[in-house]
Amino acid sequence: MLTTDTIGIGFGGVTALSQVSFKVDPGEIFAIIGPNGAGKTTLFNVVSGLYTPREGRVSLGGEDVTGMAPHLLARRGLSRTFQNLQIFFRMSAAENVMVGRHLHERRNIVAHLFTLPSVLRQNAFTRAKAEDLLAFVGLTGIADRAAGALPYGALRRLEIARALATEPKVLLLDEPAAGCNPVETAEIDEVIQKIAASGVAVVLVEHDMKLVMKISHRIHVLDQGRTIAEGTAAEVRANERVIAAYLGKHGRAESEHAPD
Amino acid sequence: MGAIYALVALGFTLIYNASDVLNFAQGEFVMLGGMVTVFAAAAGVPLPLAALLAIAVAVAVGLGLYYLAIAPARGASAVSLIIITIGASILMRGIASIVFDKNFHSLAPFAGNKPIIVGGAALLPQSIIVLFGAGLIVLVLWLFITHTLTGKAILATAANRLAARLVGINTGAVVALSFAVSAAVGAVGGVLAAPITLTSYDAGTLLALKGIAAAMLGGMGNPLGAVVGGLTVGLLEAFGAGYVSSSYKDAIGFLVILLVLFAMPQGLLGRAGVERV
Amino acid sequence: MRRLLHSPYAVVVLLALIVALLPLVLPSTFYMRMAALVFIFALAVVGLNLLMGFAGQVSLGHAGFFGIGAYAVAVGPAHLGIPSWAALVLGAAAAGLMAFIVGRPILRLRGHYLAVATLGLGLLIALVFTNEAAWTGGPDGMPVPRLVVFGFRVFGPRMWYWIAGITLVIGTWICVNLIASPTGRALRAIHDSETASRVLGVDVARYKLTAFVISAIYAAIAGAYLALFDGLVTPITAGFLRSIEFVTMAVLGGLGSIFGAIVGAALLVLLPQVLTVFHDYEHIVLGAVMILIMIFLPTGIVPALAARFGRH
Repeated sequence: MLTTDTIGIGFGGVTALSQVSFKVDPGEIFAIIGPNGAGKTTLFNVVSGLYTPREGRVSLGGEDVTGMAPHLLARRGLSRTFQNLQIFFRMSAAENVMVGRHLHERRNIVAHLFTLPSVLRQNAFTRAKAEDLLAFVGLTGIADRAAGALPYGALRRLEIARALATEPKVLLLDEPAAGCNPVETAEIDEVIQKIAASGVAVVLVEHDMKLVMKISHRIHVLDQGRTIAEGTAAEVRANERVIAAYLGKHGRAESEHAPD
Repeated sequence: MGAIYALVALGFTLIYNASDVLNFAQGEFVMLGGMVTVFAAAAGVPLPLAALLAIAVAVAVGLGLYYLAIAPARGASAVSLIIITIGASILMRGIASIVFDKNFHSLAPFAGNKPIIVGGAALLPQSIIVLFGAGLIVLVLWLFITHTLTGKAILATAANRLAARLVGINTGAVVALSFAVSAAVGAVGGVLAAPITLTSYDAGTLLALKGIAAAMLGGMGNPLGAVVGGLTVGLLEAFGAGYVSSSYKDAIGFLVILLVLFAMPQGLLGRAGVERV
Repeated sequence: MRRLLHSPYAVVVLLALIVALLPLVLPSTFYMRMAALVFIFALAVVGLNLLMGFAGQVSLGHAGFFGIGAYAVAVGPAHLGIPSWAALVLGAAAAGLMAFIVGRPILRLRGHYLAVATLGLGLLIALVFTNEAAWTGGPDGMPVPRLVVFGFRVFGPRMWYWIAGITLVIGTWICVNLIASPTGRALRAIHDSETASRVLGVDVARYKLTAFVISAIYAAIAGAYLALFDGLVTPITAGFLRSIEFVTMAVLGGLGSIFGAIVGAALLVLLPQVLTVFHDYEHIVLGAVMILIMIFLPTGIVPALAARFGRH
């Protein structure tokens, strides 16, 4: 579904990514891990069209989409969440998700200017969809609360609901459990598995090793912009280079305690 | 004229760097420089003293602007701050129209009226003084900022206000200082320019606008860019006045700026920012 | 009833009521003239609020579009021989077209750069009006023939009160429609996070342009109304000070609040009338008021009031 091929990019003389390639299939949960500064978010930004890579290609559903603008990528079924929440804080929770439905709404501006009945019907439909998605990620009863007033864990899930509203084929989740307590993390874990079960290809960047090891089908390890390993959770856990670069003895112990 | 714009742009950049505020009242400092000098001189005060008085007044007003209008509005949105400085400039103009009067004034040139011929072009001695003065100021400021502790404090505040505060820099004082220095710079410009251009209570507005545009041209927040921008605008105007009708010369500066910004959204010397997501 | 109060259309209904009932309490035609002026400016500010308050883009040159509308109804009949109402439509279209052409490159700029670029645009337009004396009568302006519709001469505060008032109600209604639609949500999203909007499929450039063009058209219509009302147009109407007046009205009243736009317009139209008592001190007080309100009510008057009373 999503393929990257030898991606390379640098900023002001510093090479952030080099020769990174991977492939993700529908319904798969694919995790990208690595120490801070390894280039994970940069990689996401390249794939989601915010950065143009210096070398390499990105393909979506067989089509070369390297450097394509984000809103065009969205049209082709790519969606993402952000490490530092990009929630629309001045809008309500429901409205946030409704914006996600934008691509599936009819955008005839003349109709909008005069609120023809079609617009009213559409608003109602979009609203209903938004409420469904909020329920899907486990957020109920807060539809009309201002996003700025919601707790952090809820905001993380809100962003996921919003990204799902575009009906993506590939979903990039950038540290969806960051700053969440174990209960919130478990809830997000369930949501992610539900999403993958529905056929979406999920690419996950995460530091929470328990979560990663538990739900990922395959894991890709980055260190300083380069791939150092890829494989199943068990394979990666045992990989010497990965342990040295990232997991460390403690991390290895932690990941060994994660249920398989 | 370019040098004057450069000075305005410079003062403007100083304040922007220290406090993220677009100070539309910058032109009023120039106006004060000119008007106070004129009136003081007319009242019999010797010229150098009048000039110093003008600078002092401008600095006082600059500090007043900061403490009365900007500081109390902590954390207001960028647009609010712009409105405040515009309100302040309207206020200052209103006061000026009463304290002074509404007529045009001029000063006798500092070094006589006979133009000096330089390479086929006639230059008024005053123009040379202006250029020289502006250059001197830029040099002094540069030395100040890079070689004194206070100067470095200004740089630090400009880069990251919170961090500067955390290392013990009194950011309030630093910003106030930047206002004072900007005011002084502007006033000097006004004093130097008074003999060449007519000054009046509302001379400030157009100057401020051009100065701001010049600062943008050179890249917001880059002092060297401000100077370059100012000189560029001045030069363009002078050339333009020759080719196009002189009534459009004001337009040229803005037109060029628009075109440059379209092509290079960060200005000529600005740095392209990368948004962290 | 409760639902109506909370509905965004409450503003429209309230406004319609005000427009309809105000003449009953206004003592003289002088006051009707004031009201008409408020409505005219409010129209421009509601448009500007769409751009600044909802889409989050600054424009310090909106008087330029205002001026295009104003000069259209002067130049049209005088030099092109077309009737005033056609000139009005033409002016609005011209403003919209200008906004469309200039909008794409200008809206790529952000923050302060955008502010200065729009400033420059407004100044350039004003300069053209000042200099092209053959067409525009130069710095002294030119007269504007009265509006004649179907042989009916439109003249005087009473008629303009109704024309401006009704246009404002319709304009506000359209604005509310837009905000409550997918386009409106897209604009508000862009204001809060351009990056996220892009990623969700919103064509940010296109929507910013849409807001820009619509606000330009609103301003142009308002400008034309003012010119037709006054019977005279001068370059001041497109000048920097006027652009600032618009922005101040929008911010003072409350960005993002349609009712705020109207309140802001009312404040800045009526205040100088109150201030002429002060003669020369007028500017001082105006400047001081601007500063004080921005310091103490940074979100604007209407949101501040709403916050205080909303708690009850």
